Amino acid sequence: MIPLSWYLLLSAVLFCLGVAGFLIKRNLITVFMSIELMLNAVNLSFVTFAHQWHAVKGQIFVFFVMMVAAAEAAVGLAIIIAVFRVRATLAVDRIDLMKL
Amino acid sequence: MYLTLFIVFAGLCLAGAVNLLLQRHPINSALSLIVVMTSLAVLYLLLGAEFLAAAQVIVYAGAIMVLFTFVVMLLNAGREERTLGSRAAMAIGFPAVVVILAVVATVIVKSTGLHGATLSDGITSTVDLSRVLFRELLLPFEVTSVLVLVAILGAVALARNTEGERTGGK
Amino acid sequence: MNGSLDLLLIPVLPFAGFLLNGLLGRGLPKWLVSTIALLAPLGSFSVVLRAALAIWGVGSTPLALPYTETCPLPWIDTGTLHIDFSFALDQLALVMLLVVTGVGFLIHVYSVGYMGHEEGYWRYFSYLNLFLFFMTVLVLAGNALLMFVGWEGVGLASYLLIGFWYQKNSAATAGYKAFVVNRIGDFGFLIGLFLLLANFSTLTFSEIAEKLAATPAWQGGVLTAIALCLLVGATGKSAQLPLYVWLPDAMEGPTPVSALIHAATMVTAGVYMIARTHFLFDRSPFALDTVAVVGAATAFFAATIGLVQTDIKRVLAYSTVSQLGYMFLGCGVAAYSAAIFHLVTHAFFKALLFLAAGSVIHALGGEQDMRKMGGLRKRLPVTFWCMTAAVLAIGGFFPFAGFFSKDAILYAAFLHGTGGQVLWFVGLVTALLTSFYMFRLWYLTFLGEPRSEAAHHHATPASMLSVCVILALLSIFGGWIGFGEGLGRLGAFLAPVIGVRSAETNAGKLELYLSIAAVAVAALGWFIADRLYRQRPQRPAELAASLAGPYSLLANKYYVDEIYRAVFVKPLQGISMYLLDWIVDKALLSGGAWILAGVMKFFGAILQRWQSGNLRSYAGWLAAGAAAVLLFILLPWPALLASWFGIHVSWGGN
Repeated sequence: MIPLSWYLLLSAVLFCLGVAGFLIKRNLITVFMSIELMLNAVNLSFVTFAHQWHAVKGQIFVFFVMMVAAAEAAVGLAIIIAVFRVRATLAVDRIDLMKL
Repeated sequence: MYLTLFIVFAGLCLAGAVNLLLQRHPINSALSLIVVMTSLAVLYLLLGAEFLAAAQVIVYAGAIMVLFTFVVMLLNAGREERTLGSRAAMAIGFPAVVVILAVVATVIVKSTGLHGATLSDGITSTVDLSRVLFRELLLPFEVTSVLVLVAILGAVALARNTEGERTGGK
Repeated sequence: MNGSLDLLLIPVLPFAGFLLNGLLGRGLPKWLVSTIALLAPLGSFSVVLRAALAIWGVGSTPLALPYTETCPLPWIDTGTLHIDFSFALDQLALVMLLVVTGVGFLIHVYSVGYMGHEEGYWRYFSYLNLFLFFMTVLVLAGNALLMFVGWEGVGLASYLLIGFWYQKNSAATAGYKAFVVNRIGDFGFLIGLFLLLANFSTLTFSEIAEKLAATPAWQGGVLTAIALCLLVGATGKSAQLPLYVWLPDAMEGPTPVSALIHAATMVTAGVYMIARTHFLFDRSPFALDTVAVVGAATAFFAATIGLVQTDIKRVLAYSTVSQLGYMFLGCGVAAYSAAIFHLVTHAFFKALLFLAAGSVIHALGGEQDMRKMGGLRKRLPVTFWCMTAAVLAIGGFFPFAGFFSKDAILYAAFLHGTGGQVLWFVGLVTALLTSFYMFRLWYLTFLGEPRSEAAHHHATPASMLSVCVILALLSIFGGWIGFGEGLGRLGAFLAPVIGVRSAETNAGKLELYLSIAAVAVAALGWFIADRLYRQRPQRPAELAASLAGPYSLLANKYYVDEIYRAVFVKPLQGISMYLLDWIVDKALLSGGAWILAGVMKFFGAILQRWQSGNLRSYAGWLAAGAAAVLLFILLPWPALLASWFGIHVSWGGN
């Protein structure tokens, strides 16, 4: 029997780690992965609250988040590939021109 | 029992997340993220979301992370180079992160009215899930499928080699 | 009641003429332009005649006066202030209207001949109709505000017509000199309007007269102030001291314009206005005295300048100023009927003088310098005889028109106490000067040997000659309407409106003696002119040489224009340039704008660095923003602030 607040705390910590990764990492793909980490953290807190109030809709929302994350990952990685073709680098600081 | 499970897998989550940050090579980060995702799947099980646990493993760990890994290998992204970092970003962003964490944590800790959780408590069956999903939320479901279609098309269009030569990969 | 007199038609017809000729005239054939332009004043005159017949009760019972027509459209309708477009016809307005529309129509006919070769023919007639519109509005106005509209409007029309040949620099300058000086006078009129409004809370003349009649003890004080302000307006419009300077320059306009506007009608608006508001002036002896003194001084002053002018139109201009002075003198001694009488006769003979001069100028192909004229008696006989009639009239010879009117004014002045007798003497001397310079003009222009060959012998058109003849007849016989006790029939007609001084009804030898003195003085003036300009033509030049100082003072118009320029114009221009242009416009306003732009650019440059394209920088700021929003939403600010600042916040169970 553990309080649900622990799950929420875990979710908050994961989220902040995701943000930190977003800020620190220099590789574009790793930055993208941090975004996925953030999404997962949010998913965890949704499931927690679905458990709290016995609401199935919370879990369904997680389902949709997963779908969106999948779509986003696909498109995002395609963009990264396109950018890599032109700039030949994956360093975040090098990709700073507004126009490729 | 519950406690042990929770601690083990929550710890794995955190370890994986921290490792994501600490690793230099993106493939290592990807693998850490897979660890995070599978631990999360177990945590979902602990919270009674069976279907979601399965979906997490299949979709996230099994598809998305594979996608990431493929791209890493395709682009042959090597170790992180030492580039001019944006000190300003870190100087501003880090405190912001800390602040966010502090605020959210405070709110969570101070909140009342959260139940506890046990092993056999509040298990959601897939039947219940699908009942809601395919009745009330049918429209969003269909729209999501369109969304995925669009994403596929977009990804193909973007990642395609415009000179017509076929390279390997997706 | 005989039904509506359609007073509205009187201004509207000329306005329609203005619009038609103004908008379409450029493309219309000349005969059509003339027809439109002539129909308008003729129409107005016929409506006035119909009103006159109604008033004199021809064919039915006489119309009760004053007769008002109010336009149903509201004008100003706020709170306590209600002003309508109301036309009021009474005896005074009728007399004025007869002059304005009658003489106006005659001059329109004259202009057809005089301006026949002009390119801006249509423009001229549209302006002339516009003038007639505003003048009739001024005369018919039942309240002071509508009169002010007409007042300003005639100033505008005057400006347009003086500067009719706008390509000529001197004409354009004269045009706006007239407008600006008029404006100064109008400012006084406006102050007077405001004071009227403040003290009577109405601007309708009849209502003000009623209120004044109900409080007979109200004298002086504010009423003096109002009267003086109105006087300032009148001096501007009627070219009295010190605002007369625009009238001589206004001679740059075409001669018919000078005849109509600057002799017969517009400049008399000031006199009309004083007569209209006489109930105010009657309550303030001080204001009346001021009017009289201003009038007499102007009359004398202008006459002296007219003595030595060489341009035929300038002489007539100064003569107009001088005669207007007489009218003001008449008003100043509360002999309003006499002043109006002189206004009417002056309209006849002054218009005739200008038109005859125009005929001379037209025949000589544009020559206006009298020193180059002479011997025109044989070449322009009709003009000569008309001019002679006019000169005799203005000189005040019996039985011509000017005799009766000038005499009435001088008689009234004499009876006005010792001050009045001084003014009478000034008027008498001025009559001498008037007679002298008019006959000087007559000799120089028509008699003697021709001093120059004319450029081309231009036969005078019938339109011009016929008008001159009509006006000559009026100048000869027009004075008889004021002959007899208390200004005869005219006086009796005007009596209900502007009263007849009880003294005027005093018959007796005094009036006879004064008349004889006036005629004698006029004859003396003729005699001197005859000596100098016919018998010994070289004497004037010798006199001028021997009295060089006074002569040049007069010839240069007492240097008044130069004084005004030095005292008023140049300092104003200086202030405008240094203070307003350099300091306010350039330094303050432009500088302010420049500083503002600079500040914006500076901050913009700083903010520009924020949009670096750097992903991590964006991410960092995103996180910071998220943190700020979270902080703002989640923290309980009231409690926190209270605990930090020790403010005790008490609401609902804290």
